[in-house]
Amino acid sequence: MLFETLRLALQAIFRNALRSFLTVLGIVIGVGAVISMVTVGQGSADQVTADVEKLGANTLMVLPGEDPMGGGPPGTAVPMFTLRDNDAVHEQISSVSVSAPISQIRSRVVFGNENRQTDVVGTDNRYFEAAQWEFALGRSFSAAEIQSGRAVCVIGETVRNTLFSSRDPIGETIRIKSLSCEVIGMLKSKGASTFGTDQDDFVIMPLRTFQRRIAGNTDVSVLYVAVKEGVSTDRATEDIEALMRQRRRITSNEEDDFDVVDMKQLATMLSGITDILTGLLAAVAMVSLLVGGIGIMNIMLVSVTERTREIGIRLAIGAQASQVLLQFLVEAIVLSLVGGLIGVIFGLTLGYAGARALSVPFTPDISIILIAFAFSAAVGVIFGYFPARRAARMDPIEALRHE
Amino acid sequence: MNDAGSRSPLIALSQICRIYGQGETEVRALDGIDLTIQEGEFVAIMGPSGSGKSTALNVIGCLDSPTSGHYLFSGTEVANLTRDQRALLRRHYLGFVFQGYNLLSRTSALHNVELPLIYKGMSRTERRKEAIAALTSVGLEHRANHDPSQLSGGQQQRVAIARALAGSPRVMLADEPTGNLDTKRSVEIMEVLQKLNRDAGLTIVMVTHEADMAEFANRLIWMVDGKIERDEPTRKAA
Repeated sequence: MLFETLRLALQAIFRNALRSFLTVLGIVIGVGAVISMVTVGQGSADQVTADVEKLGANTLMVLPGEDPMGGGPPGTAVPMFTLRDNDAVHEQISSVSVSAPISQIRSRVVFGNENRQTDVVGTDNRYFEAAQWEFALGRSFSAAEIQSGRAVCVIGETVRNTLFSSRDPIGETIRIKSLSCEVIGMLKSKGASTFGTDQDDFVIMPLRTFQRRIAGNTDVSVLYVAVKEGVSTDRATEDIEALMRQRRRITSNEEDDFDVVDMKQLATMLSGITDILTGLLAAVAMVSLLVGGIGIMNIMLVSVTERTREIGIRLAIGAQASQVLLQFLVEAIVLSLVGGLIGVIFGLTLGYAGARALSVPFTPDISIILIAFAFSAAVGVIFGYFPARRAARMDPIEALRHE
Repeated sequence: MNDAGSRSPLIALSQICRIYGQGETEVRALDGIDLTIQEGEFVAIMGPSGSGKSTALNVIGCLDSPTSGHYLFSGTEVANLTRDQRALLRRHYLGFVFQGYNLLSRTSALHNVELPLIYKGMSRTERRKEAIAALTSVGLEHRANHDPSQLSGGQQQRVAIARALAGSPRVMLADEPTGNLDTKRSVEIMEVLQKLNRDAGLTIVMVTHEADMAEFANRLIWMVDGKIERDEPTRKAA
């Protein structure tokens, strides 16, 4: 009997193929939207997590100036760090494995006819360790080069590609402002960051070279800190704050004039935002599923009225109310399930395209597919029940008389 | 009908009333009907419009319940059955033929005839066999795969008769079966019904307003204002 009912439902659906298609369109769009939104959102979240791993999950940055969220008096001159500050953090704090001093500006670098606006960074070999850089070509700085501030540099792949296209840059000389600088190494590419910036767009030189020949001062603007394995970043943050307050002579009733930024916190916050956005989009998509359900109810009501005579015939030849109810209910459920199925395919296709366009991984989540599918079935039951009940309650004599 | 006295009649109505509305607007469609129909009879019910003949057929066919009175079907009281119980009764013992044929459109003749058998829970192959047998008995086996729209009015009504026969009912109820047909087709339909009654012993109760058609039956009941005014054998039977 159930099989017969199913066959009957399919017949009724295909008898009005165009109308059936328009009816399920709401469900198709609803399910498709939920699945594609969640898939792309999930992919973005995965991307963030992967980026944090790449960044080194245990990385802190110490910046001069107050907490940007704190809102202190603007325009106040805050003293920069020095190389000695960095070395103190590097040597005296047990929870820190490496601390690298960083100073940088944006500048144009030139080779032959090619040039590029890029980050020019002064640091030392500790940075390569702290940020987990590996060398693709050449070598890091020698002790003598760091000590004497020789004009040598290590470049990122993006800079190489612009200035040298695919040629070997080692031993070539590039010009940065008035400084001629020999390329001694190139780092392995890290690709785009979570924020979408190119992480391979830089020229790195010894800190002393940078301070003397480019910046003209002895400032260090950032301390790039790697926390020791097995130590929490919160502990290391406290240690660094205590030391820096002491070194910068901040009394106990004064605010910090520097800030320790935890990259992991940043990443967690970012993936939190991604989750919220995904949730919001999914909620909007759910609403369209609901609208799709109302569309199904509308069509089923029309169908019940149109087929009043048929219902009368069925009742007259001995169909019970429950059988008529089941017939129309199954029809609504089949409609919404077919819509759900098309929606799943549509959503996965859209999700795949979206993931490709945003270059995030395509990781379809089977549970969300099942949920969306189950929801579409539920829509069929809920919105199909009312019209089906109306059909089942008809008086056979009245129904047969219906024109 | 030589054994009529020894067995309980197939249909026995006593003091059946069917009242629509209440108080001032009350309409007594059936007003104290007493009627007994034996197995194998072919009964025609006639009367002016509004005389209650269709209501009587609906009550006999268990599409409607009487407001009061007793209805024994094959010795069992059925006047106070629930909707679903009446549906089961119709499914197993009654077959209907309507004035407007009432076939499912865009559905083959064969499938139309199979319809009551689906509700009887018959298997597909068994159903097909029964349906083809029923179509054969009305001479339409060669039209089994035609849709109603491809058949003439007379043919559609014969398909409807086949549908009523397919469930092997105890009684066939026909409500103005020739109302939409010209005389020639009407006679054809009546001959089919007459043959079923005579050869297969099928009990038939038919409502009609055409005296010519009523003459095909054996017994004529004349109704006026919800009451039976005359109950007599037709001229042919007499």
